Amino acid sequence: MTKPAGSSFKGWLYGSGVAVLCVWVLLPIGLIGLGAFGGRPAVYQWPKTLMPASLSLDQLAVFLKIDGVWNAALNSVLAASMTMVMALLLGAPAGYALARFSFRGATMFRLMILLTRAFPLAILALPLTVLFIRAGLYDTAFGVSLVHTALALPFAAMITASLFAGIPRELEEAAWVFGCTRWQAFVKVVLPLALPGMAAAAIFAFVISWNEVFAASVLTVQQRTLTAYLLTVLSESPLHYRFAGGFILIVPSVVFIFAVRRYLFALWGVTSR
Amino acid sequence: MPTSRWLPYLLIAPASVFLAVFFAVPLVQTIVLSFDGGPAGLWGNYQRMLGDLNFNVSLRNTFMLVLTVVPLQMMLAIGMGLMLQKMQRGREVVLWIWTIPLGVSDLAAGLVWLAILQNTGYLNTFLFHLGVIDGPTAWLNSETPMTLFIAVVVAEIWRSTAVVLVIIVAGLQLIPKEFGEAADIFGASAWQKLTRVTLPMLKPSLQSALILRTVLAFEVFAAVYAIGGRNIPVLVGEAYVWQRENQNYSVAAAYAVLIMVISLAATAVYLRLLRQKPEAQA
Repeated sequence: MTKPAGSSFKGWLYGSGVAVLCVWVLLPIGLIGLGAFGGRPAVYQWPKTLMPASLSLDQLAVFLKIDGVWNAALNSVLAASMTMVMALLLGAPAGYALARFSFRGATMFRLMILLTRAFPLAILALPLTVLFIRAGLYDTAFGVSLVHTALALPFAAMITASLFAGIPRELEEAAWVFGCTRWQAFVKVVLPLALPGMAAAAIFAFVISWNEVFAASVLTVQQRTLTAYLLTVLSESPLHYRFAGGFILIVPSVVFIFAVRRYLFALWGVTSR
Repeated sequence: MPTSRWLPYLLIAPASVFLAVFFAVPLVQTIVLSFDGGPAGLWGNYQRMLGDLNFNVSLRNTFMLVLTVVPLQMMLAIGMGLMLQKMQRGREVVLWIWTIPLGVSDLAAGLVWLAILQNTGYLNTFLFHLGVIDGPTAWLNSETPMTLFIAVVVAEIWRSTAVVLVIIVAGLQLIPKEFGEAADIFGASAWQKLTRVTLPMLKPSLQSALILRTVLAFEVFAAVYAIGGRNIPVLVGEAYVWQRENQNYSVAAAYAVLIMVISLAATAVYLRLLRQKPEAQA
């Protein structure tokens, strides 16, 4: 282990292991991409060629024109955006409190946040159906986003807690000395430093909502999110539509995860213990 | 400052209230609903659940999936983490590629593998060129339960190993370099270093990863449904069917309670098995 991977057989083995694992991750995404852009002829082509002849943007456009798809995508974006805002508005203050104050009940609160992870949260959407019907929240993007916020909030609180803990307290104290109130000090000193990390927390919340299937499917009928729509039409829609749907689900979240990759470790590092 | 005594409570109040409403209330509701058996009594819904034709199959399938997927992906992620640790060039790029599946939903992952494994899919083309099969072959229907099961396992490992990897990489970074160097000085082999130094030091991360993944793995549903339809019933899938198709919220709640009890039991087992001494905790 001490020697760097050199030109030896071991080094070669190691290098090809890394390469194989990269292919293992990337190739399947590429293949569903071919399925999405190839349309019906590519899906049923036998045997397959590396590049289907029918590859074109039109095939994907056809899918988007199906009745309901565009609306579902819109609902997904709506629900995910609302989740993002709510998770951050509720989670960031809690994160700040955990990072800056030692108070009675802090451990309890931390525990409660961690405890939510031991529960299959999405399943709790089942009884909410009745409640949501009464409250007029059933079958709305907002109703879905409320449940998704419950999923994303613990993560938002944890990311922001580690974020604020990383910003020296002295900076804030200096601002108080110069006559800033606590709020002004927060807005003028802490917030600008924390902004990129908070954007990352927001994007995590967005992706959590965008990808969630179970709660979204249970809580909607007409105003389906994209995942809920795909799940319900799964058994009756042709293969190339399913692949187009899967591909459209994957692309935005992969791009987003790329944008926030630096913060992945803040989430699962020390603070997650 | 007089305000600072109340300020932290004011700050955690919105999050606490929200979690109470959308976590505690539905939790209690689910439990109440599941015991609301009408004329059949307190355990009526559970009796209906147990008597359900698909119950035993879905319970077995769910457990078999968890017991196959979680250990395999833990080993894979530890291997990947160690590879990254050794890497000198291109670590950033490789880490990024390996964490791409973080953004992929279980539904999309199922569809990805459906594209590869369907009758006229890429795997069959590959096998055809190798001369293993003569033409399009079905792997994913009720007649081929074994390959169907393997397909779901592969899709789940492909998608959900990334989060384990992130937790493990974060944990590996916290292990001081001196520990490995000390082991080297005492002539430890690579295997000894892994089992005596790295893995014990990694225990908190392994615990986090195991709890997170096991709870999520018991929720497995969309990937299974995308690949095999209802040919391979799982617990959450049955809860969904009872809720949506049978419109019986109480039996669905009984399924939900069962899944919760299993998840909590698994968490308790991990907390006990991988207990840390108090002084070792950060």
